Amino acid sequence: MRDLLSYLFKRFIWMILTLLAVYTVSFVLMRAVPGNPFSGERNVPPAIERQLKARYNLDAPPIQQYFDYLGGIVTDFDLGWCMGLEDYSVNQVLAEGFPVSATLAIFALVFAIILGVTAGVISAVYRRSPADVALMAAAVLGIAIPNFVLASLAILLFVFTIQIFPAGGWGTLQQIALPAFCLGLPVAAYIARLSRAGMLETLSKDHVRTAFAKGLPKRTVILRHVLPGAMLPVVSYLGPAVARVLTGSLVLEKIFALPGLGSHFINAATQRDYTLAMGMVLTYTVLLFVMNTLVDISYAIIDPRVKLQ
Amino acid sequence: MTEDTHDETLKQETLERILRESREIRGVSLWQDAWNRLKRNRTAMISLVCLLLLGLLAFLTPLLPLQSPIDKDLNNRRFLAPNLDTVVMGSRPGLKFEGGTLTGELEKFRASIAELEAERLSTEDPERRQELQQTIDARINVEHPFNQMWNELGPLSWWMCQLRVRLFGDYAIPSLFGTDKLGRDLLARVFWGARVSLIVGIVATLVSLIIGVSYGAIAGYFGGTVDSVMMRIVDMLYSIPFIFVVIFLVTFLGEDSVKARLDAMGIDQITIFYIVIGAIYWLTMSRVVRGQVLSLRTEQFIEAARTVGASPARIVFRHLVPNVLGVVIVYLTLTIPSVMLFEAFLSFLGLGVAPPDVSWGLLLNDGVEALSIIDVYWWVVVFPGGSLAATLFALNFLGDGIRDALDPRMKNRD
Repeated sequence: MRDLLSYLFKRFIWMILTLLAVYTVSFVLMRAVPGNPFSGERNVPPAIERQLKARYNLDAPPIQQYFDYLGGIVTDFDLGWCMGLEDYSVNQVLAEGFPVSATLAIFALVFAIILGVTAGVISAVYRRSPADVALMAAAVLGIAIPNFVLASLAILLFVFTIQIFPAGGWGTLQQIALPAFCLGLPVAAYIARLSRAGMLETLSKDHVRTAFAKGLPKRTVILRHVLPGAMLPVVSYLGPAVARVLTGSLVLEKIFALPGLGSHFINAATQRDYTLAMGMVLTYTVLLFVMNTLVDISYAIIDPRVKLQ
Repeated sequence: MTEDTHDETLKQETLERILRESREIRGVSLWQDAWNRLKRNRTAMISLVCLLLLGLLAFLTPLLPLQSPIDKDLNNRRFLAPNLDTVVMGSRPGLKFEGGTLTGELEKFRASIAELEAERLSTEDPERRQELQQTIDARINVEHPFNQMWNELGPLSWWMCQLRVRLFGDYAIPSLFGTDKLGRDLLARVFWGARVSLIVGIVATLVSLIIGVSYGAIAGYFGGTVDSVMMRIVDMLYSIPFIFVVIFLVTFLGEDSVKARLDAMGIDQITIFYIVIGAIYWLTMSRVVRGQVLSLRTEQFIEAARTVGASPARIVFRHLVPNVLGVVIVYLTLTIPSVMLFEAFLSFLGLGVAPPDVSWGLLLNDGVEALSIIDVYWWVVVFPGGSLAATLFALNFLGDGIRDALDPRMKNRD
């Protein structure tokens, strides 16, 4: 327990450092792009532009801006007002979008893990059987088809041709299912491949041979002796999988018109909405960090040789 | 006495025979052995041949009698279904080519350039000469028929296009894959797109391979403080939403002033793209390699190498890296597809390869936009998607084959 607490404390310190680094890099990158949020197609009269800049503290020297904004975040989590969306603070946008994105991501991940591990185990146990070939071909197909193509085809098939799912909207399970499915499928394909490889590796280990030799039923050997060892690569992939799901949700939220964070994500960067973009980067960084920490802890639980440091 | 000599010669003979036999036995290296086993794996070999063929075709694309990948025909050729109708290069009336053919126009262009050249050679005035030379260069840059049929050919592609015109004349393969929403031939676009997609995949993966393997192997071998510092850095990088950084970089590099400056330095926007993607994808590779090396470094053969005084660099790169190569290759077969998909993803968001350049991702995005329930233009999705999927399939099967072939425990299994 003390190990775990000191580990969490260390991770927290690292997260602060990472956030600071991310903040600095994003700040520099954003300010390095020529132009500012108000130099769009519409030319604003100079007097108003001056006012706007003063409103968003853009007229201060960059160093001053850097510390002012950082101060706001540290003292009261104030990420400022959006520069692109009128009358929205960044905190409001995050509060509205986060539950949607999080729900989508969790559904997609759970679906991906269940489907992926099942497929991987089946195809490893029945190696070289038609089931193995079919599952692995499906997995490769899942990896090989881009998200947006899959989503478009799924909409065409399940929304228009066979009308099972509603075309849009958010809230009911039926509305979540299709986007979560499209988001989770590529990850499931990866997990299936990884768990198959892990299973094959572990199946050839001595302790498995011993387990078989002492007459344990195949089911017990696979579930008790092979599966935990085989799950190590899968668990270590979960961190990147989260990143992948978050990235993929950008596309899916756009296609399914969901009111999540992802839809704001691209706009903020391309329209140089400095405050919103910064808020997004920092939120995603925290999310990824927390997920990676969870993955590391579960890794240590599964594999007793791994110590939390 | 004679008995003894007899014995002696017998011994001699046996010795010689053993020596002879031992000379005939050849040591089989790990890689040779793996190659032999790979050759027996039919799916992997088919995949390998397909990939090599694809690479060759992509390289030779300018030489093949394909239609123009960028010439639009909005009046007559929008969304043509796959067909076998003959097509003559440069026959679109809007191009106003001499005689309605590419060769005719080339002939005319060459003649007019030759005229200018003759004039340049005959004038005495050096200033006028200079001026004429500039006119000639400008006309080649702007008006050359090739520049209307193809986009920014490099010197090698230019030469290959010339060879193609000499070989095939005005013949072009019919629109076997149909045409897209702007009336461009899809077959040609898939071929030209293959060049970009493959290069993105290969270069970015190589960058990630080099960084990831060295980083992971060094961290894993040295362990202790070095390891924890190096892996903390990886953890930190893992938590950065790279997609954001990439979006920033792409918008930054897409800005006109920045683009002009980069062009002046001779750096392509796409080149930076490769490096950025490669620099992102090494993280997982380094973690995997480090994990493997950690479990290998206590093995006896490493102990043995250390005992005979091998340097750390030698142990890492001669003894450890070859042993993790199997995992690395399996990961490579996962990385190349994901890099190619990442390119498609960026194309979907409008941040990838910019038209008139083409890539499979861009083609797929165009195809998805043309998908609708009313008109089924299936070919605009199926052909680019099929090429991408087939390539990734082949890569996967090859990767699986290589993994099985490299695994010594799989020896004598099948």
